[in-house]
Amino acid sequence: MKKIVKYVLLDILRNKILISYTLLLFAITMTMLLLGDNETKVLLSLLNIVLIVLPLVSIIFSTIYYYNSVEFIELLVCQPIRRTSILLSIYAGLTLSLLIAFAIGVGLPLLLMDHSSTAALLVMIGCLLTVIFAALAILGSVRMRDKTRGIGMAILAWFYFSLLYDGLVLFLLFQFSDYPLEKPSIVLGALNPIDLARIMLLLRLDSSAMMGYTGAVFQEFFGSAGGTLLAFGLLLLWTMVPLWAALRRFNHKDL
Amino acid sequence: MIEFSHLSKKFGKLPVLDDVSLHLTNGKSIALIGPNGSGKTTLIKCLLGMVVPDNGTITVDGSDIYGDWSYRAGLGYMPQIGRYPDNMTIAQVFGMMKDIRHIPDQQLDEDLIRAYKLPAIYDKRMRTLSGGTRQKVSACLAFLFDPAVIVLDEPTAGLDPVSAGILTDKIIAETQKGKLALITSHILSELDDLVDEVVYLQDGRVKFHKSLPQLRADTGEHKLVRAIAHVMENA
Repeated sequence: MKKIVKYVLLDILRNKILISYTLLLFAITMTMLLLGDNETKVLLSLLNIVLIVLPLVSIIFSTIYYYNSVEFIELLVCQPIRRTSILLSIYAGLTLSLLIAFAIGVGLPLLLMDHSSTAALLVMIGCLLTVIFAALAILGSVRMRDKTRGIGMAILAWFYFSLLYDGLVLFLLFQFSDYPLEKPSIVLGALNPIDLARIMLLLRLDSSAMMGYTGAVFQEFFGSAGGTLLAFGLLLLWTMVPLWAALRRFNHKDL
Repeated sequence: MIEFSHLSKKFGKLPVLDDVSLHLTNGKSIALIGPNGSGKTTLIKCLLGMVVPDNGTITVDGSDIYGDWSYRAGLGYMPQIGRYPDNMTIAQVFGMMKDIRHIPDQQLDEDLIRAYKLPAIYDKRMRTLSGGTRQKVSACLAFLFDPAVIVLDEPTAGLDPVSAGILTDKIIAETQKGKLALITSHILSELDDLVDEVVYLQDGRVKFHKSLPQLRADTGEHKLVRAIAHVMENA
């Protein structure tokens, strides 16, 4: 399994798109760190980049990479290797290279210029989002045979998680504004990894005060040690469940 | 030794394999013949674990292959259309396969690589190769790990006559060593000297499984082409 990861990694790290992605992240982070006067502001702007760009690149890049390695997968499937380890190796190679790009692009400048624990949390959240959206991409591409449909679904999934979902939640909150919605909104927040990531970091930045009473409830729930652990647990679930579903499908798939 | 028993497979509503039972023994080279879409490639892919049958079992040397992967160490496969990662060179593809299988160099069978003079073009990337050269790479990979069972899907379709001759000689040499070769081909004339048994598939069913002399005797034709034509006309 290690060997396949090595070949996938070597293949992706030579990819020009990944290199430019790293450089882009690095440039953005450096610019913000150098131009921003206030640490909280810088982290907030970076948070927005992390919440929008990372899932997008992660899900699209992984989906396209999977479809491009269909030949490679076919070649491996008739070798004496478990199917599970083939798919997991490809996933591991993909996420590792995306994580390396993120670590160099965002993690390294933050480590050099900003040593706060909030910055560390931001990097961690970024890593988790990368891993989650790569897993969603693998699930989508294993399930769809057709490349165009697969990539379309990946774009739709990103659209749903980063834009549509918030709209739906807002709509619900307005419709049921006569009822106490603090607890349901915690549940709604947990059902979207991007929202969960955003809440986790915003609470650290004390911007939760701006969210009114809901913010206080969030603070009470996610602010506690147990709540943070639960949030991380949920994000891990967001990785494991799609990956497990993808493996289940892949093990019985006709190639 | 390979045993297919009551194998069925549908793609959607379309039945591709319908209750296929076959018993293939070592040291034989077996031709899998049938019209287009008769299920030859699907049968092979079931054996390789690339397609999971809906019903029935396949055993290799007595053990069921369902959910197993280790049996593929004894299998060499040459696909109809070899598809390889575009960015890899020929040397890298061989290197990767050796790396995955980790078999010591002295146990590798590199006869075909030498015969096809592949080392001279080791640095070429897979996407730049012609269809025929790709087929040569596929053939070399199928024989490289000295497998007990060799599965060849349309092996000579894209090869020039000289290369096809090298491949058929290799197949004959290997079956004489006691290996099992399963070959599908539409070029029946070249199978005459190559195969010991013939399996005829039609609409996903086994029409017959006979040894070549038996088939000749039954149809009264000497050439395989004629014999098969005889069967098809009288079906």
